[in-house]
Amino acid sequence: MECVFGLVGDGFALVAADSSAVNSILVHKSNEDKIMILDSHKLLGASGEAGDRVQFTEYIQKNVHLYEFRNGIPLSTAAAANFTRGELAQALRKDMDNHLERSELKSLDLTPISVGIITSKFVVTTILAPSVGTAQPKGCIGNGRDSSIAGYDKDIGPSLYYIDYIATLHKVDKGAFGYGSFFSLSMMDRHYHSGMSLKEAVDLVDKCIVEIRTRLVVSPPNFVIKIVDKDGAKEYAWRETIKDAEEPTA
Amino acid sequence: MARYDRAITVFSPDGHLFQVEYALEAVRKGNAAVGVRGTDAIVLGVEKKSTPKLQDSRSVRKIVSLDTHIALACAGLKADARVLINRARIECQSHRLTVEDPVTVEYITRYIAGLQQKYTQSGGVRPFGLSALIVGFDPDTGVPALYQTDPSGTFSAWKANATGRNSNSMREFLEKNYKETSGQETVKLAIRALLEVVESGGKNIEIAVMTKEQGLRQLEEAEIDAIVAEIEAEKAAAEAAKKPPSKDSLV
Repeated sequence: MECVFGLVGDGFALVAADSSAVNSILVHKSNEDKIMILDSHKLLGASGEAGDRVQFTEYIQKNVHLYEFRNGIPLSTAAAANFTRGELAQALRKDMDNHLERSELKSLDLTPISVGIITSKFVVTTILAPSVGTAQPKGCIGNGRDSSIAGYDKDIGPSLYYIDYIATLHKVDKGAFGYGSFFSLSMMDRHYHSGMSLKEAVDLVDKCIVEIRTRLVVSPPNFVIKIVDKDGAKEYAWRETIKDAEEPTA
Repeated sequence: MARYDRAITVFSPDGHLFQVEYALEAVRKGNAAVGVRGTDAIVLGVEKKSTPKLQDSRSVRKIVSLDTHIALACAGLKADARVLINRARIECQSHRLTVEDPVTVEYITRYIAGLQQKYTQSGGVRPFGLSALIVGFDPDTGVPALYQTDPSGTFSAWKANATGRNSNSMREFLEKNYKETSGQETVKLAIRALLEVVESGGKNIEIAVMTKEQGLRQLEEAEIDAIVAEIEAEKAAAEAAKKPPSKDSLV
């Protein structure tokens, strides 16, 4: 029931994600932020099992930061996407029971689990869990984590990458995951054109959200929209139909 | 004595670990480095030995950041430094990943010192030939800190310290002249300590200032030149004030 989708506009890239945290029939919270800011100019929107999603996105974020400290310059969006995809691919092929040699870049001692990450441009599904006292589940593929990575590079401009739970990587102008993708992709196919202004793009996102709310049987009530442009990655807006209740005062 | 310095894991009869002491010698041959802790900033300075004409000096960075709030300068074997710095950077991110908190200066110093100590107690390896000055602001308290580690793996906190070439003279100078400073005064104090042992001029000194808000900022050569000029002017004024009255008045 998770919906994550994104598109590239004129000088910016945008990712929208639903914000419900669900466990079978129980909704834990409706304001869960599933779009992680990887660094100043990159977003990673991920869908999938909560534990896996957080583990993976945080792992990617820390490795992106490590690269920046080691090399003095940030990773490009394409590089971050490919790194994420690679981690995902490795996780899928890893022998969980016998801890095999890990790659040098993963100097954080992690055991992969499946996670899907979406960077404002990529959708990646792989999860890596720190080996420090974490349960190592059997089986590599979780519930299909997908992710999209969106980023802005000074020389290239905005870009969006789609990464799915089996480490497919595509550079796209628009992409979507989850059940909501049936509706949002169709809306985007109809209304998207390259070089949309921010207002047009947000209108399109709103159209997609309306479709999802109307047509998906258990649709998520709230969405968060984040954008990345030359000034950086930031939260743009929330689209809420249900606000979490305030704590009752004593 | 020659028998006891081949293997690192062997004590000499009078309780020395010669390899560690030889590593300290390597440090003493390294470039001068100084660190001064102020109330709102910590300044690191290193001596820049003359760069060969064809070398791109930007690729030789002697003061590095380990995280957004931690920086390090060192004296000794630069290649060993690269390895330690890499491990420290990984540890900074790993700490953030596992406990969701940035490292404190003491934690990362303890980690680096721990690494250095490990290599004094293993077979077949030699100690890291460098002493590091680690500075930063603790993430929750916001208190500035300066720590020093050495090849034996000991570490301690300092208000100001120097290491590398002629570190004794710099330390003596700091002991005589240290007082709680802030902002530009801290920078001046660090430069004055370095100038005791280094040829003056912006191209022989590298200075970086760590502040809470801006993180690590490397000073431009022009800025350093300007401050050096200020210091020289102050020194000249102090000399003139101390000079005996001119001959004319004694007539």
